[in-house]
Amino acid sequence: MATTLTPVLSRTWDTERPWTLESYRASGGYDALRTALATAPADLVQMVKDSGLRGRGGAGFPTGMKWGFLPAPDGGPRYLVVNADESEPGTCKDIPLMMASPHQLLEGVIITSYAIGCHHAFIYLRGEVVHVYRRLLQAVQEAYDAGLLGSDVAGSGFQLDVTVHAGAGAYICGEETALLDSLEGRRGQPRLKPPFPAVEGLYARPTVVNNVESIASVPSIVQYGSDWFRSMGTERSTGYGLFSLSGHVRNPGQYEAPLGITLRELLEMAGGIREGHELKFWTPGGSSTPLFTAEHLDVPLDYESVGAAGSMLGTRALQIFDDSVCVVRAITRWAEFYKHESCGKCTPCREGTYWLVQILQRIEAGRGTQEDLDTLLDVCDNILGRAFCALGDGATSTITSGLQYFREEFEAHLSGGCPFDPAKAALFEYASGSVSGAGTVGA
Amino acid sequence: MASYDAQTLAQLEADAAQVLARYPENPRSALLPLLHLVQSVDGYITAAGIEFCARSLDLTAAEVSAVATFYTQYKRHPNGTYTVGVCTNTLCAVMGGDQIWAELSDHLGVGHDETTEDGAITLERVECNAACDYAPVVMVNWEFFDNQTPASATALVDALQAGEPVRPTRGADRVVGFKETSRVLAGFTDGRANEGPGAGAPTLVGLQLADERGWVAPGEAGKTRAQPARGERQKTAPRSGGTQSSVDTPAGPQGEDASRRTSNDASGDQTKREES
Repeated sequence: MATTLTPVLSRTWDTERPWTLESYRASGGYDALRTALATAPADLVQMVKDSGLRGRGGAGFPTGMKWGFLPAPDGGPRYLVVNADESEPGTCKDIPLMMASPHQLLEGVIITSYAIGCHHAFIYLRGEVVHVYRRLLQAVQEAYDAGLLGSDVAGSGFQLDVTVHAGAGAYICGEETALLDSLEGRRGQPRLKPPFPAVEGLYARPTVVNNVESIASVPSIVQYGSDWFRSMGTERSTGYGLFSLSGHVRNPGQYEAPLGITLRELLEMAGGIREGHELKFWTPGGSSTPLFTAEHLDVPLDYESVGAAGSMLGTRALQIFDDSVCVVRAITRWAEFYKHESCGKCTPCREGTYWLVQILQRIEAGRGTQEDLDTLLDVCDNILGRAFCALGDGATSTITSGLQYFREEFEAHLSGGCPFDPAKAALFEYASGSVSGAGTVGA
Repeated sequence: MASYDAQTLAQLEADAAQVLARYPENPRSALLPLLHLVQSVDGYITAAGIEFCARSLDLTAAEVSAVATFYTQYKRHPNGTYTVGVCTNTLCAVMGGDQIWAELSDHLGVGHDETTEDGAITLERVECNAACDYAPVVMVNWEFFDNQTPASATALVDALQAGEPVRPTRGADRVVGFKETSRVLAGFTDGRANEGPGAGAPTLVGLQLADERGWVAPGEAGKTRAQPARGERQKTAPRSGGTQSSVDTPAGPQGEDASRRTSNDASGDQTKREES
């Protein structure tokens, strides 16, 4: 049977003022919290382990196992830090979730904190979404006023404070250890691991760092059970997730579906590729995941299948590009992004992303050579796996996969420049006489 | 040594005490919000602001500077009243962001991180702002202006330069100034959380399709969607994405693109609801 959508997180997003506590409670919100507070913390950890929930922030690490890595309580503080720094190009699920329903996240934060023994949780939100910050601040205040936070959470005797913290513009802070450094008031640069955050995280104390969607999924698991969660998805990629379609599809947006759905199914739901065009390439999980093409339309979008097909499920950020788009232009722009966002700590990433941009820009502008294509792969090889974090790895993903699937298109640029007209890819008519696109330099 | 007048300093110290109280385990965690706070007073990160942060946290000015220069939202020179950021990361760029950028830059006569002579607008190329399903996206003081065109973006900056209030697609009822935005980012709410919609049309497109086709999550979770509250949902559906206006004069991107996007069943239905 064809896969169908399974709205769980999104099911209240069109209610009246869904961001308010009153509205959230009217839809059954905080029922799961009541159940959780009557359950032993260790049983909650086990329940999330049993559900098979894997981190929704990109890496896909089992959430319950991450909680289980915390050392035994020693009387000192333990922290939950929610990664709400959503910045991976193409990824656009956590921001709308928090704008529409911040209490979903907050309920998950309270349950998780109770499960792992945390009394001060942090939500690290990227700074470039001021209205989401307003909604989160208000949700936290409402929760304090209603006795859902503070010294006696819902009359249980459990104590919890939550701080919502706004970042200040840096993609790297989505990496969990860079996020912790940033939250400690430093430059957001990744830490060497081990020690992992579970052992030495925030303030060098045991810390769980989880993505917004992961934590927001916890209340549903507590409420309906791990078997219910496992009834969706595949054996090793369980449950539902938000699939974010963007680009040249008729109806871009959020589609909440079981893991394992295919792009072919999602495209049918989204009304297909824009009229008169065909699918050319797409990212399964943001710009740090290797490109897919039309030959991957039937790859089940679960961790194992996408990995076996040569990419990564990542954040389910499905950026769709049709046949009007120059793949060299797209990849060059992504490379400019990684160069801009490299924190500079590790030499292979800092220098490598710089040279990738130099080479790609001259290829795009028609000044490249055949040797440049090999040099690109060589530079990628010198970045991949050689830095503290995965930013540099991500920078190489679209380049190596792009050369794998579209080498001829790169070669076509070597003599005479870009054969594509950027105006044809845009959603509106370009005004006559104005020029942009090829050769523009990243910020 | 750079410094503030007594009244400003007293207010800053009172605010800083509130910020520090959020981080009882380690005051240094207050540094990012404090930098937003001094920016809300000065309009950028000044030498006085850096010294204030350093004094508040017992750090050196060099330590604070090292942090301030790492993050793109901290400005090193006086910022305009509005930061207009055009997303030129790949997806938005391809969908038209490059052209929006080119036309705005030409129209305003400024480049990246430059400010118009009247001090109204600082223009920026911004990276992905997590609204790809609303591409091409323009941010004004970190509020969302979705589904933009060169014409809608030009009308937007004209309104900003004329001092007219502008309304984001998904955000507060009007965009507040750079300093006021910075104060919110320091954690001081401005009472606008209840303004604006909960979601735009693309955020809800999957949910509406599921409703049309009778798809729900399995078990009890699915039943909650089928309850009578749905009648109310229909009446109170939020504004669709892609609309934008100044408070007085509608000036939204209701061009070819917007109509194309609402020509399908799901969001077309939403448009009807909005009118009813």
